[in-house]
Order: sequence, then structure tokens, then C-alpha cells
Amino acid sequence: MTDIDYDIIVIGGGPGGYVAAIRASQLGMSVALVEDKHLGGICLNWGCIPTKALLRASEIRHMLDNVDEFGFTVSGIKMDINNITKRSRKVASQLSSGISHLLKKNNVQVFEGFGSLVKDKSNIKKIRIKTKDNNIEKTAKNVILATGARSKNLPFVSSDGINIWDYKTAMTPPKLPSSLIIVGSGAIGMEFASFYNDLGVDVTIVEALPSILPNEDTDISKIVKLNFEKRGMKIKTNSALKSVTSKENSVSAEIITNEKVETINSEKLILATGIIANTEKLGLKDFNVKIDKGHVVTDEFLETDEKGVYAIGDITDGPWLAHKASHEGILCVEKIAGHKNLKPIDKTSIPGCTYCRPQVASIGMTETQARSKNLNIKIGKFPFIGNGKAIALGDSEGLIKTIFNKDTGELIGAHMVGPEVTELIQGFSIAKKLETTEYELMHTIFPHPTLSEGIHESVLDAYNQAIHY
Amino acid sequence: MSVDILMPALSPTMEEGTLSKWLVKEGDKVESGDLIAEIETDKATMEVEAIEDGIIGKILVSEGQESIKVNSPIAILLSEGENLSENATYTNSNIEIKQEVQKDKENVVQINDIKNKDEISKSNSNNTTKSYYKPDKLERIFVSPLAKRIAKQRDIPLSSIKGSGPHGRILKIDVDNFDIKKIEYPSLNNLESNNFEIVKNSAMRKTIAERLVKSKNEAPHFYLSLDCNIDELLKVRKTLNSKSNDEYKISVNDMIIKASSATLLKVPKANASWENENTKYFSNTDISVAVAIEGGLITPIVKNVQSKGLLEISNDMKNLASKAKDGKLLPEEYVGGSFSISNLGMYGIKEFSAVINPPQGCILAVGSGEKRPIVINNEISIATIMTVTLSCDHRVVDGAVGAEFLSEFKNLIENPSLLLL
Repeated sequence: MTDIDYDIIVIGGGPGGYVAAIRASQLGMSVALVEDKHLGGICLNWGCIPTKALLRASEIRHMLDNVDEFGFTVSGIKMDINNITKRSRKVASQLSSGISHLLKKNNVQVFEGFGSLVKDKSNIKKIRIKTKDNNIEKTAKNVILATGARSKNLPFVSSDGINIWDYKTAMTPPKLPSSLIIVGSGAIGMEFASFYNDLGVDVTIVEALPSILPNEDTDISKIVKLNFEKRGMKIKTNSALKSVTSKENSVSAEIITNEKVETINSEKLILATGIIANTEKLGLKDFNVKIDKGHVVTDEFLETDEKGVYAIGDITDGPWLAHKASHEGILCVEKIAGHKNLKPIDKTSIPGCTYCRPQVASIGMTETQARSKNLNIKIGKFPFIGNGKAIALGDSEGLIKTIFNKDTGELIGAHMVGPEVTELIQGFSIAKKLETTEYELMHTIFPHPTLSEGIHESVLDAYNQAIHY
Repeated sequence: MSVDILMPALSPTMEEGTLSKWLVKEGDKVESGDLIAEIETDKATMEVEAIEDGIIGKILVSEGQESIKVNSPIAILLSEGENLSENATYTNSNIEIKQEVQKDKENVVQINDIKNKDEISKSNSNNTTKSYYKPDKLERIFVSPLAKRIAKQRDIPLSSIKGSGPHGRILKIDVDNFDIKKIEYPSLNNLESNNFEIVKNSAMRKTIAERLVKSKNEAPHFYLSLDCNIDELLKVRKTLNSKSNDEYKISVNDMIIKASSATLLKVPKANASWENENTKYFSNTDISVAVAIEGGLITPIVKNVQSKGLLEISNDMKNLASKAKDGKLLPEEYVGGSFSISNLGMYGIKEFSAVINPPQGCILAVGSGEKRPIVINNEISIATIMTVTLSCDHRVVDGAVGAEFLSEFKNLIENPSLLLL
């Protein structure tokens, strides 16, 4: 058995894969990581991180636009979209090289190339790595598939990088368009909408479902919708994209809203309609790896039907979030290491964040979901207008909504929109993980003045004890 | 030819018993009819007789062994001059029985600890039964607030839940997965104190427990109470006893038995028992009377009371009570009966509610006769009053029937000459 190269080979160096590799190394396993493009994956290079850098710029632009409110008068401000994107790329590459350093420090052997499974008679897993120059083969006892996902094109329209953009082009626009249609109002679409709107672009959002941010609680998405519309964005819900015609310097999109066809013209169009898992080139068809609706099927500890082959992150079932991928990476490695008392991931306790302005963050069930499960619930709501710190910041639009199980006091959902709620949500994550009830939250002392007091007030409100509302 | 001496069935319902005492030892010569052992059943201690002549070749069960199945061999009787070695197989079968008992013990451990296999192997090797019960005050229990609240709502003691969280922290999922049936209450052995004595429950104690639990679980009890003026009854009793020349002594209880029987004849709906598909109405009045005996109680039956006079009832009762106290009642003398009486009047108990003796429909709890002020024609006078409480199985006897019984009973007790009818 000494001729097996590694205990684990991880295919894919995103937030799932590289975290899994480091954890495996910590546990004393020999581990290799195969990455075709860039360490850190989409998240770090073309997703979470660079978009946050962009949104920081648009946030500053928004502050500059309103700087007089705070007693300043400024003039002569110039904006260069190329410098904004340059900074965004710099942030991404800084972090990517950081990952490289982390992997080296943890003795993870990194192979640059495209990894795929090769059928072998024995139980040993054989991985073919197609590098720039040649093919090499390595063996391992276990393989973790962490190849992520890419943006999904629609059957009748694909991104062309010129007028029809995917997220990559949207993150590195050659110049700022005057107008933009964004198809899809999930986190990605909403962040681009907010970014481009703050930079002065005329934005139209097209969403097929009845509300924007369709996964969020309706109270939250309503507030975002009002805010976006107030900023001049046009929001078309219940609207299906029928066709897109790319002209020389513009696009023309046909959309159907309530059976009425409408044509919208704009300079550019961003497709943000979802993702598709990267499963095709992994050689899976020779293995007992089941794929359902495009995503790899695993058990609760991330093992596929093929023993010793695991899958984590966006290649598996949703929610497709980097932090979920990382957590799965750790869980699956600890499972391989034979750790006892591991708990599968509780999907009701994965927080989700959208970094548009105003920010949106949530965890657990929405009110609609809770009611559809016939849970006996108590709801608390606290608007940021009642929060001193928010008013001082000049950013008091938003709401914190909490949902408790009336019978047990279990926190079953928290939904927030407003200033820095993406930072506030972890308070609820911890509360949920520790299984606190309303009692512990009500008797926790929150520092004053902070935005976090809104958490307290929302909980108090659920039990009719809110002080400042 | 050797003969197996089998565990006898002392009553039609007996399935197992305890060999309480051997009256012979190996090598003893016995003749048919000799007493060889005492067997304790759920109700009484009985003696086992030798069925043939011979020599006790081998005793297969030790004194005090419980749960010996009816018809399993308890000893081997050899004919004279026969050699024991031919019977080695019997000894083996006995060992097998013992091993089964041992296995059963292990099963108990597994049932208790089914969630944690590690614990099973540990308990087996230590040969001790592990209990999850730990007194709350002695050990800190880690539990999430939510789990704690849900456990409280469901009345599950935290000490019985095994936590699956870090450091054994009890989480909501552990409470959700907890099977309420697995709660173990503290065994006295686990409490570190010497201020108690452990008395092994006799077969009778266990039977009493089993029957009373069954009664309270299955029969929906309701209770009716009535005061009876027994001055007249006491007068009649005095007159009767004054003529006895010490040949008999009628007790108040004997008269209550008679009155109960007479009442049942007038209210036959109360002389009944529940049989799920049917209700059985008895034509005879067989009155079970609770008798306290060493280590418990038993209800010997005065049969066919309807055709007996007070004297016969009194004699029957004396005889049965004495046999009961000696543990010599025959099964047919205590199994059955259509109605029960429990009398604690001699202890000065004013009134009480008795547990129905299943499958009967009613039991009459009789308190002591005591002088009490009563109001007659707006005047307070003194009378000897006895409070009786009828417990009824509502499946068989409805409130109105029970009330009718008591009112008729009161009528007879207060006008005892009617018992002559």
C-alpha cells in the first residue's frame, strides 16, 4: 500500500477545496490539491471578494454624493472605473497569493492543472492531472471534488463578453455603460445593480419570480425594492426574459410580464440567473457518482455513492455559498479522519448575505416558510429608524425581523436589511448554534450605542417588550 | 428408572413460581405423599408432595430460586439402587437454564443503554447495570437553553438524556430523539447512603403490585360515599351474640358481607365484571373479603353468600382468614369472586377509597363505626355512624347503579331485620 501517493487529493482550490486541504494536513494526512486556474476559486478571484472591493467603491461614491449632509463641501471629484476595477483585482490577487502561502505552510502539494478521476481496478483513487505541458497521474485513498460552479447561460442567450456580460465582465467593465439590464435578482444580480446604480448607471432589474431577492423574507425584499426604486432603478418582477438581441453598441431585451411582451433597450445586459456545477470533465461517468439536477449527490457527510469520493461546495446541493463550502470541507475531512460525534450541516443555520446597499442578511426560515410548516410563531420587528447609532451614521433605513417558535422559544429565523447587517448576522448564527431561546437573547447586554441593539429590540418586540419602538 | 420431579402448577393460571424451601436433601428416601418442598406462588406458599417412592437423586434448583417455569424439572427421583451418573444430562439442562438467566440480565443492560454501544461492553465486563440517572445536584449537566426548555415541557429529566454536543452538551436533537420510555429512576443501590434496608419483593408483593396497577390503569374508578347509622345493627348483633354460649361470635363485618350480598341481589347490575366484549353478570354473590396477612393481603371468597346465614358466613370467614394468615389458602378459595369488601374500621379509619379487585366491578370500603352527632327532625342526636365508600369500574357500573347499590345497602344496614327476608 505504500505506493499510494496521498491520503487525500482535493480537486479544486476554492473556499471548499483549499480549506479541506489545510484541515486534512492539520490532521496529519498527506494531501495534494489540484487547481486549474486560480487558488481561492471563484469566490476569491471572481466572486465574493472582488465584488466587495467594487461595492466599497460604490459605497464611497454614495457617501461623496451625500457628503454635504455631514458638513462637508467637496468639489472636483473624479471617478475612473478602470481604477476601481484595478483595485478590485489587486485585492483578489493579494488574497490568492495568500492562499498559496497558506497551502505551502501546511505542506499541501499543489498541482497546477485540470484534475479528473481515472477508472482503476483497485480501490485506490487515481487522478489524472492535465498540466500545461503534460499529463501526470497521482493516487490517493480519498478524493474530494470541489470544482465549484460557473454562471448559467439561458437556452437562448449566452454571455458574449461584449454586450451580454457574465459576472467576470461585469467585474471588469472596460467602461461604465450608460444603461444596464440585470437579469436575475439573487445576491449576484442585486450587488451589481446596487454597484452600477451608485456609479450613475441606469439599471433595470428583471426577475422571473414575484419578488426580488426571492429567497429572502418578503418584508425584507419589499424594503430593498422600495430603496432601489427610490434610487431610480426599474424593477420588473414576474418578468421572464424572452429574447435578447445584441446590436452594435446596445442590447434589446424582450420580456414578458403577466403575458404582456415589452422590449427594453440598454447598453449592456448582465446575466445573473444562476449557476451550473462543474461536473462534466471530472470523469465521473465511470464512477458511482450520482448527479441530480446538475449537482453531485452526497450523503450527510459529503460522501458520494462511490466509496472514498467526496464532493463539497457548489458542485453539490445548495445553498451555494463559500462559507457552506468551507464548512463542508472541514466536515468531510474530519469524517475521513474518523472523528466521532460529527454533526451534519444544519441547512437552517447557514447565514446568507447580500452586500448591496442596503445590505441584506438572513438565517433560518422566512415567515412564509415557517407558516407553511404550520409552526406556531412569534415575530419581532425593529426598524433601524429607532436605533441611535444608525441615525448618527446617517444610515437608518432598514429592519431587523426575528421569528421564534412560540411554543419553545427557539429562534427559527432572523432577517435583516440595513447598515452593516452582514456583520450583525453572526450574532444570530451563534445564538442559533448555541440553541438559545428568546430568554437568553433578551437578557444579553448589548453595547450602546451600536447597530446590534436592533437585534435586542427585535427580540424584545417578538415578546411585546421592545423599548425603543 | 429415574423420574423428574416437575414444578407443579398450583392454580390454573400459575406459570411460574419460587422454590422457597427444600424439605428433603439429596439422598433422602421419600415415599409417595411425603412433603418434599415448599413452593411460593403469587398468592400463597404450598407444599409439594412426592408422587412416587424413591430417593432424591439430584436437586436441580436451589432454595429461593425464582421464576421456575411450571413443568420444568426441579429434582430427579431415583428408584432404589439406581445410579445418578446416568442423569448427567439433567444437570446440563439446568446449567442451560442458568445461562439463559444470565443472558436475560445482559439484555436488560442492553435495553438500558441501547444508544451507546461502548457503554454496553463496559457494563458487561463490569457486570453492573449502568444507569443514566445521576442525581442532579451532584453533577453539572451541560445543556442548551432550548433543549433544557423542551425537556422541561416534555417532563424529561435532563439527567436521563445523553448529550451529543461538545462535552456531552444536551442539544435539541437529543431531546427530540429521546425515548420517554427509557427514563430510569434511581435505584436505591445508587444512592450513597446506608439509611435503608432492601427487602426483596415476594411473589405475592409483585402480584399485588401488578394487579393493582392493572386495576388503576384499566378500570376507570369512581367513588361514592354514604353514612350508615349502625345503632340498630349493633343492637341486633349484641342480641345474637348474647345467645351464642360462646359457640359463635358474629362480627359487624359478617353482617356487612350479608348485607352486601342481599344488596347485590336487589341491584344485580352491580354484581358484574368487565370482559371487553361482554359484561358478565353473576347470579351468585361470591364476596371477596380483603384480609391483611404477613407481607401483603389476600382476598379469600365467601361463596354463595345469598344462600348462607350469618352463622355460616361467620364460620366461613374465620376459617378462610386463618388459612390466609397461614398461607394455606387453596387457589379456588381466593381466585374469583363477584364483589369485594375491604374493611379498615378496626383501625379507626373513618373512610377510604379502595382499589377495585379486577375483574370485579365494585369494591366496598368500610370505615369504622363511631359516635357522631346527627340531625334527626331538626334535633341533634348521637348515633353510631359508619361511612362506606363504593369504588366502581365505570365500564361496568354507572353512577346511578352505584348510587342505587349504596342506598339499598344503607337501607339494609340501618334496618337489619330486613336481612331476614
